[in-house]
Amino acid sequence: MNKDERNARYNAYVESKIPKTHNFPSLIYAFVIGGIICILGQTIKDTLLAIFDTMTPQEASNWASIGLIFLASLLTGLGVFDDIGAIAGAGTIVPITGFSNSIASPALEFKREGIIFGMCSKMFIVAGPVIVNGVVASIVVGLIYLIIGAF
Amino acid sequence: MFDLLLYLKVFLVGGFICSVAQVLIIKTKITSARILVLFVVIGVFLEAIGVFDYLIEFADCGVTIPILGFGKALAEGAILGAQESGLIGVFTGGLTKTAGGIAAAVGFAYLFAIIFDARTKKNM
Repeated sequence: MNKDERNARYNAYVESKIPKTHNFPSLIYAFVIGGIICILGQTIKDTLLAIFDTMTPQEASNWASIGLIFLASLLTGLGVFDDIGAIAGAGTIVPITGFSNSIASPALEFKREGIIFGMCSKMFIVAGPVIVNGVVASIVVGLIYLIIGAF
Repeated sequence: MFDLLLYLKVFLVGGFICSVAQVLIIKTKITSARILVLFVVIGVFLEAIGVFDYLIEFADCGVTIPILGFGKALAEGAILGAQESGLIGVFTGGLTKTAGGIAAAVGFAYLFAIIFDARTKKNM
């Protein structure tokens, strides 16, 4: 068997093993579940603003994010998040719940390899790149504004 | 207080952003980590060119709850920092603004990882 033929067979095998994303329905699920998560955030924000007179919209937005982060890590701990994520796809990944899950999920998974080098270090396996790229981009933006502001 | 039209916009815009990501996942088989990185950087960019505030005015949590909002907060912090305290603000601003979210995600992940055990995968 030559190399090309072997590679082609292997690729076909891999293709057959990859979980299939059903194109159209998954799009609808992502839309609806993503939308619902955003509405949940908005509800938390508006409820807090209605209860606490002194709270600023900015603080309320932060609380909405933290509320969803709490919910997502709790559901990850309970093992329910993966079931929702399997249906919703990007609907749970793109909202802040996905960021929370990306930290909680490896933390849970690698706990058996120890607290420090398992749980704590693997926590940032996905969130690390997100924070690194975001921070670097924000430094660049800040520097540009600093230079523009100097003139 | 609870403006129904706003809620409709939040749902539609939030859903739209997620379905754009879903299209990317279907078409390019891009991993979810790359999706998150991509959307954070888009958020930083949109804040840098000054359009993000208009998006928030239109759909509020529809754009801030998606990870775009995380990028927006990073850039907003760095820009405010640059304007208020100069070079040091460029470095301190971004993470100061996002500290709540990061600390919450780390803290809750730690807590729940201690409390719960990973569920064994059914199909392994």
